[in-house]
Amino acid sequence: MPDPVLKLTGITKRFGALVANDAISLQLQAGEVLALLGENGAGKSTLVSILFGHYTADEGQIEVFGQPLPPGNPRAALAAGIGMVHQHFTLADNLSVLDNVMLGSEPLWQPFSRRSAAREKLLGVAQRFGLPVAPDAKVGSLSVGERQRVEILKALYRGARILILDEPTAVLTPQESEALFDTLGQMVAQGLSIIFISHKLGEVLRVSHRIAVLRGGKLVAEAPAAGTSQAQLAQWMVGHAVSATQRHPARATGMPVCTLDAVCTAGGGRDRLDGVSLALKAGEIVAIAGVSGNGQLALADLLCGTRAASRGTVTFLGQPLQASPAWLVTQGVARIPEDRHAVGVVGDLSVWENAVSERLRSPAFSRALWVRRGAAQAHAARIVREFDVRGGGPQSAARSLSGGNMQKLILGRALVNVAPTLVASRTSLPPEGANFPRGGPSENCPSSAPGAAVPKLIVAHQPTWGLDIGAVAYVQQQLIAARDAGAAVLVISDDLDEVLALGDRVAVMHAGQLTEALPADAWTRESVGLAMAGVHAGEPA
Amino acid sequence: MRLEKRTQTSKLALVLAPIGAIAFTLVISGLLVIWAGAPLGQTYSLLFKGGFGSVFALSETLTRAIPLILTGLAATVAFKARLFNIGAEGQLYAGALAAVAVGGMHGGTGFDLPLWLLFGLMMLAAALAGALLLLGPALLKARLGVDEVVTTLLLNFIMLLFVSMMLNGPMKDPTAMGWPQSVALIGDLELSKLVAQTRIHTGLLWAITLAVALWALMKYTVPGFDIRATGANAKAAAFAGVPVTRTVVLVALLSGGLAGLAGAIEVAGRTSYVTLDMSPGYGYTGIVIAMLAALNPLGVLAAAVFVAGVLVGADSMSRAVGVPTYIADVIVATSLISVLVATLMTQYRVVRGLRS
Repeated sequence: MPDPVLKLTGITKRFGALVANDAISLQLQAGEVLALLGENGAGKSTLVSILFGHYTADEGQIEVFGQPLPPGNPRAALAAGIGMVHQHFTLADNLSVLDNVMLGSEPLWQPFSRRSAAREKLLGVAQRFGLPVAPDAKVGSLSVGERQRVEILKALYRGARILILDEPTAVLTPQESEALFDTLGQMVAQGLSIIFISHKLGEVLRVSHRIAVLRGGKLVAEAPAAGTSQAQLAQWMVGHAVSATQRHPARATGMPVCTLDAVCTAGGGRDRLDGVSLALKAGEIVAIAGVSGNGQLALADLLCGTRAASRGTVTFLGQPLQASPAWLVTQGVARIPEDRHAVGVVGDLSVWENAVSERLRSPAFSRALWVRRGAAQAHAARIVREFDVRGGGPQSAARSLSGGNMQKLILGRALVNVAPTLVASRTSLPPEGANFPRGGPSENCPSSAPGAAVPKLIVAHQPTWGLDIGAVAYVQQQLIAARDAGAAVLVISDDLDEVLALGDRVAVMHAGQLTEALPADAWTRESVGLAMAGVHAGEPA
Repeated sequence: MRLEKRTQTSKLALVLAPIGAIAFTLVISGLLVIWAGAPLGQTYSLLFKGGFGSVFALSETLTRAIPLILTGLAATVAFKARLFNIGAEGQLYAGALAAVAVGGMHGGTGFDLPLWLLFGLMMLAAALAGALLLLGPALLKARLGVDEVVTTLLLNFIMLLFVSMMLNGPMKDPTAMGWPQSVALIGDLELSKLVAQTRIHTGLLWAITLAVALWALMKYTVPGFDIRATGANAKAAAFAGVPVTRTVVLVALLSGGLAGLAGAIEVAGRTSYVTLDMSPGYGYTGIVIAMLAALNPLGVLAAAVFVAGVLVGADSMSRAVGVPTYIADVIVATSLISVLVATLMTQYRVVRGLRS
């Protein structure tokens, strides 16, 4: 075997008591795509941050092309030929592609910038790797896929021989992802090496030669992609056998609960609604797919009461929907926001206060503006118990919870009404990280006894974003259970797998417009992908 | 060097942090005392005796603490909601003027009202005057995003000029031999003394009652929750159904009202008329006190007594050993900074090395 281009030996990084990377040793060969697979928090980002010099490892060495890499110095990493494409792009919208590429790679103290030479070099790199660009286009006018291309070009322009891509497909349509994979193929064919970070099993198998799996900071497995199955990868990743959430088709849908008719919202730039019509029916999950930033947030805000429609009508149970979170909660709308840290909870307040924050004004939890702390804390304790919120008691600050536990708290707050009947059947659900027995809907279906306070409508925006597989399954099961108990459920997600797994009907959002919500069977990944890119089904693509 | 978040904070650290902060403050101030050429031990001992060492010293300290408690509470409730009210000084003067307008501008007739009603109206007018002065900046912030630090700070200067205008015009005391001071309250409206032969008055009971009331409001009521949630994360609070704009208005009324009451209680308890120098920056010192108390209304009581003791003690110490009274400002300022740093250190640890 030839010498590796990159050699990590015994990399260890601790944050206080947490060992983010535990003696990780890895090698990367020339012309190889190495996938770094792992759940959120497994240590992938820490490892590449050490590699790129953002962090300093507590122990271990890095060698690039046989030379030791000085730690903690991004410039040295760049000079050694390591390029990084972050998940969140580091581009200046108001500058041209060429300016963005040149930015930071030119010496500050030279009398003239060598634009024409730089342009030649950029076009040369672009042609060599099959990444066509318009050097003078403003980055702000480019699509997300094109911006990613600029990021990659920026790294290649600086002479990167080892390219690190952090969750590169998270913002792409399936078709754009395919194009990216082709590009990666061309790059490795010319001798570049690539580290591809992902938590999606399918694309890891599709694109990489070798796969390294991280779990809890340790390198738990390393295998060639050929001959490895998704099930095997998932087992390494989680530590035990898992199966993805199966589709449980809705049994019978009921009356429309919430109807949007030609709704527009004002402002918000790209994030707005432009004539959206949609009917949400009881006992049915409607899932909305789309590349984020195409109006999903506007739709979620609208149905969460934090944004008003500028045109069109929103009807909820026969009455106009009021743009008021408090009103929606009293009407039985359960809301799960996209950003659980910034919007879902007030991190500085205690878990119990967050657990009752939506219903604090109800007579159950306050009388004459005086909080009934006993009742409120009992309610919070019930949510903590029944939704298995771990990592802090009711008195601890909500910010001390992990993402998964925070999401369970939000889910519990939204779903547990004061009436106890819905909750009775929830007590047997397994904790985060546990294996989920696959059962039919009947097993998790809450009793629909009279008086059970099932939410009328659930609005869930990115409900599983950033959660580990165990928590993902738990949240999805809760949504399915609520649907089976008669709730209308709207799931808005960037994750196409989730949309197709959960949605009884699926609609796709692009540039503020929504396709018709068709039964999930009527869609294929390809047709969803085209709709995400704004090509309407039926039209010649 | 960099900061790293602690995973947990020990009880011991929480106890040691303020002690360490005070020790650090004494060391820093001690260096200045030595520089000024005064004997260190005697200076500190005189400072302490002057602030707390006798019944008279203690009564002076508590008298000085009364307006500081109220302005400290005003800053506490506002800062808790992230409404940065820097205008307590102006609100205090607005309250003082309103108190005199109700309690002294009736030509000695008392508007023919029963005394208790006149007293209640005087206090209400003072609270309303302070509250209204803050309402404008609060609404501008809530509706248009205008920075309240700028508006409330600048209103202080407008208010001082307005006071000057009133003291030389409509509210001028004709018997004051040309001194710019307002007419006085009628004597019956003045707060009675708590201890004979001292200046300490029943305003202290008002201040303590209001501190306990504010503490209970913040901790046990729905509006208190709204205030804390709005301050900690307005977006999440709005999502949960907290009426954020209404809460900001309520906070403005509370904060401005408390500062206005500080003015009325100073007039009714100590000066009995308004002058342009009746407040040596009580409104600004209230901010320091609120921060020293970590925005806890009960902590404000202790912080206000501490600051008042240092200010009063420095006066008498200065006469004895010739260290300028500015040492009091240094002690208060250094203690604020070191308490803030000590609080930070209970949550973070310093780690050597580059970024992480």
